[in-house]
Formats: sequence, C-alpha cells, structure tokens
Amino acid sequence: MKHLRQDSFSPLTLGLFALVTAATLVFCVCTGSVSIPLSETVRVFARALSGRAQENTSAASIILNVRLPRVLCVLLTGSSLALCGASMQGLLKNSLADGSTLGVSTGASLGAALAIALGITLPGIPFAGTMVMAILFAFLSLIIILTLAYRLDYSLSTNTIILLGVIFSMFVSSILSLVITFASDKVKNIVFWTMGSLAGSSYLNALVLFIVLLICGTILLSLSRELNAFAIGEANARTIGVNVRRTKLIVLITVSVLIGVCVSIGGSIGFVGLVTPHMVRLITGPNHKRLMPACLFGGGTFLMLCDLVARVLLRPLELPIGVVTSMIGAVVFVIIYAKARR
Amino acid sequence: MMDELLNVQSLTVRVPIRSGASSRAILDDVNFSLASGEHLCIVGPNGAGKSTIVNSIAQSIAYTGRITYLGRDLKEYRSVQLARILGVLSQSHEISYSFSVREVVRMGRYAYTPTIFSPRPADDEEKIDEALSLTGLSSIEDRSVLTLSGGELQRVFLAQLFAQDPQILVLDEPANHLDLQYQMQLFSLLEKWLKAPAPQREDAAALQRAPVDSSAPRRDSSSADASVPQRAIISVVHDLSLAMTFADRVLLLHEGRVRGFGTPKEVLTRENLESIYGMDVYAWMNRLLSNWQPG
Repeated sequence: MKHLRQDSFSPLTLGLFALVTAATLVFCVCTGSVSIPLSETVRVFARALSGRAQENTSAASIILNVRLPRVLCVLLTGSSLALCGASMQGLLKNSLADGSTLGVSTGASLGAALAIALGITLPGIPFAGTMVMAILFAFLSLIIILTLAYRLDYSLSTNTIILLGVIFSMFVSSILSLVITFASDKVKNIVFWTMGSLAGSSYLNALVLFIVLLICGTILLSLSRELNAFAIGEANARTIGVNVRRTKLIVLITVSVLIGVCVSIGGSIGFVGLVTPHMVRLITGPNHKRLMPACLFGGGTFLMLCDLVARVLLRPLELPIGVVTSMIGAVVFVIIYAKARR
Repeated sequence: MMDELLNVQSLTVRVPIRSGASSRAILDDVNFSLASGEHLCIVGPNGAGKSTIVNSIAQSIAYTGRITYLGRDLKEYRSVQLARILGVLSQSHEISYSFSVREVVRMGRYAYTPTIFSPRPADDEEKIDEALSLTGLSSIEDRSVLTLSGGELQRVFLAQLFAQDPQILVLDEPANHLDLQYQMQLFSLLEKWLKAPAPQREDAAALQRAPVDSSAPRRDSSSADASVPQRAIISVVHDLSLAMTFADRVLLLHEGRVRGFGTPKEVLTRENLESIYGMDVYAWMNRLLSNWQPG
C-alpha cells in the first residue's frame, strides 16, 4: 500500500549491498602485482575463518599478511570518509562539502605531522599520538571554517564553502611545509600524510578503524532524520523540532573523529566523501535513511577499487591511493559545481 | 475573552552597529498577546520588524524580554515540545536536494517520533495524507521539490506544517508566491484549521504541573474543555485588505515599535496608516478597488 511505503532500505537490499562489497573485497585481495586464483583465495579465507593452520604457501602469506589487512583498512576508510561526506553535505545543505573540499583532511594531516615532528606519543599505544592530534586538528579546522563561513555568509552558499576550503587548505598546507622544513629528518614520514596511502596497513589499524566506524557510524546513521531536516534547511529543521545546536555539535565531533582516525592511518585521501555520496544519491535519492547506509557500502567499494587501480595501473610501481581518488574527485567536483551553478 | 495562549512581554531585539560598540534596536519593547481561536495579523512597512517577531517566537534569534505559552517561557521547552506548540512558515525556501513532496511533508511528523527508538504513531501516514490533500498536493506527492514552482513549494511547506499539527501557526508572509486562487484557498483553509479543535496534548498536562511565573496570566480551569479551540494563528501580511478581512486582531508595527494593537477597525485607521506609511492608504485602496466597480 502506498501510505505504508517505507523510506529506508529493506534487510534484503542491505544484504545485497553487503554481498557486493564482500565480492569486491575478495576480488581486490585476489588481484595485484601477483595474481592469486579465486579458489586459492577462498581456501585461505576458509582456513583462516575456521581456525585451521594455513599451508605454508606464498599465496597464503601474501593474502593474510599483506593484502587482507590493507584491503580491510581501505574498505573501512572508504566507508568512514563517505559517511562523513554524506553527513556534512546534509548538515551544510551543500553537495560540495567534504573533508577534502573544506580543508578538514589537510587540517588533520597537519595535526598528524606536528605529532611526528614534535615526537608527541601516548605511552603504550604506537600511533595514538598522531591519531589524537589528527582528530583534534580536524575538529579545530571544522570549527574555524564554519565560524568563518557563518560570519561571511549565513546561508553557507557553494561559493563561500569552496573559497573558504581552498583558502584554509592553502594556509594549512603552508604551515605543513614549514613543519616539513624544520623536521628534515622525519620528512619522509610526514610527506606520507599529504599523499595518502594504505600500503603496509596492519590488522591493528583495521581493528581501530572498525571500532571507531562502529561507534561513529552508529551515531551518524541514527541522525539520518535530523540530517534530512538540515538538508532542507536549518530553519526548517528547527521548526519541525530538531535540536539544531546539539545535532550540529554531535555531527561535527563525530565527523572529526572519523576523519582524524582515517588520516592518522591512511593519510589525506581526498574526495572520497565527495564522490561517493554524489554517485549514491543518483541511485538512492537524497533521503539520508537510504543515502547513509548506501554510502557505508558504496564508499568502501569505491575506495577498494581505487586502491586496486593504484596497485595495478603501473605495476610493479604503486601509486598513492590519494592520487587516484583526487583524479576522479576533481572531475566529479567540476560536474557537481556546474550542476549547482545551473 | 478566550484563553491567552501566547504572551509577548517587553520583546527587544538589538543588533550591533559596525562602527562602534553600540547597538540598534530592531524591536523595542514590543508587547502583545495571542488568544485561543484567534488570528492575529502583524502588519507594517518594510523594515518594521515583522519577521524579527516571527524569528523571536521561533526561538531562532537572541532577544530580551519574555515570550510565554500558557504562562511558561518558550525558552524552557525542548525542541520537540516547541514543535508541537509552534509551527513556523518562513518567507522563502531554498532547496538543494531532490526530496519528494511526500518526504518533505513527512518531516513535519518529526516531533512525534523524536528518537529512533520512539514508536512511530499509528496515524502518521494518515496525517501526511490529510495534509497533502488539504493543500491540493496529493497528485504530485512523488514529484521532486526541485521541479516545483514557488507557489507549489510554499504549499509543500504549508502541508508540512499541517502534518506537524501544532497549536499555533506562525506564518511569515504566507501568501508569498501564491496566485489569487491559492491565496483565497489558503486563507479559507486557515479559517477552517483555526475552528477545528486541537488534539489533546500530553504537553498541556505537563504544563499544568510545571512551575509558572506568578505574574503571568493563568488558564482558567473551567476552560480546560476539549471543545474550546486551542489553536491560533499569527501571520505577517503586507496586504492590508487580508488583515482587514481575516484578522481578529492586528498588531501594527513601525520602526520596531508597536503603533497599534486591537481589532482591525481600531488599528487600521486612516490616521494610523497615513502616519506610518506616509501616504493616504485609504485613498490608494479606494482607487485600486474603484476600477473593479461594474460599469
């Protein structure tokens, strides 16, 4: 019946999304500079899942020690960044808002770089220093950009967002260059944050990403209705009963944590949060009850495929994943901007 | 005299002046009240502060003074409670995403399921269907709001308000973008909405228990009858004929100050209007209407 129509996905559709994502994961694990047959990959997975000892083959070693942790990190990073993009685009009613266009990812990179340059660490946890600094700087960046944007143009028009994002990114990049200049012995490590790469990711990285995504993703998904209201306009959200101040604060903190953690593990991977929600919105429409879960799967799938391209395009050479996403993202950015101008 | 639903006391809104540390009053010591079953029209020239009153009541700007609902300060209400009391229609709507008409109207029901764990009221979809039908949008409920004209969009947000089902409608220039046919329909609809009894709310019981400022007007316990209308409308209008025809009371504003508050006949006098608009409004209205006389 028409009036009983649901505006969220059925479990069957969600299951289908999960299946596609899982299939992409297996495909990405199989493919690389050394191709591993699907049957071999499935056998290794089956042994690992059942707890049986692995055969001493190079395929098992490549899959379990190199590719699987990496692809898992890519999947979780993609999901996180896409969810962040969709949330910010809803909150700010602007389809060009994203961690990279707003300069939040660059801000988080600066935090991570400062942690490395100044040797900020937390005892016992190897990468907690960079992570905390990245989260802190991501949040500070968002607050600075939005305060400026609201002061200059309360409606947060596309032009204001883009200009401020560009200016803020340039400003932060100049500080980042300064940090690199003064920390010459750690330059290689720091440059990594500006390029973005998930090569060499570990299971510990994947576990951290999973826990953070589980918590932050649940929070953001639970705010789908509020984000729908914001996507119509903040005044409208207030009218229908949304606590706008609280919602904004929760979304901004959650997004900062997610971006901060992603940047501290994979560096600054641009445009995932811009491209994925844009693509997904074409299929699901703008309702965040459908958009957000679809982004969760779509972002992971998109980034896994980008990572695959980065690994195989110039093999045996490997491109930084940020280069691939930025190339695709730049084109999509122009398309969205042109549509918005019309 | 019916129950007083809303009371506005000493409402003042100031904005800082760029050149110095001083500020300028957009609203200066505005006082008025809204009775149950009443349609109050706010009129005045551009820049009089009409929309600022709407924004103050909607709690979207900072103000000094007190705005109370049944004696309790609006600032004390949670957002969802406020949405069941007040429904605010803005002057303009800028849409960025292609939500369907029904999706936008459905958002009006937010206050009835404020958390994802709250059960959805059984009559939710019925209320949405009703609102769509009242505003003549049923046939285009699946259309994207990006494809609608200004008038259709205005009706979508009006339908959202009807679905929200508040006790008081606060409308900022509701006839904006509407052609004459829909203007007539809108004001007839508002009259009909006003006369219908408001649904009983648990908030009302909570309000009776809540501590209330002793200086504020109290509800007469004898009037807690379900048949007494609990609805009221505040609308900002530019067209003085609409105010003259549909308002029970009129608030006349000029440069942020109240220049008249009472029945349309008491307030919209030739002298009052001439002193505020700087022209003979009566003569102008008569000139406009005289061309419509037969012959």
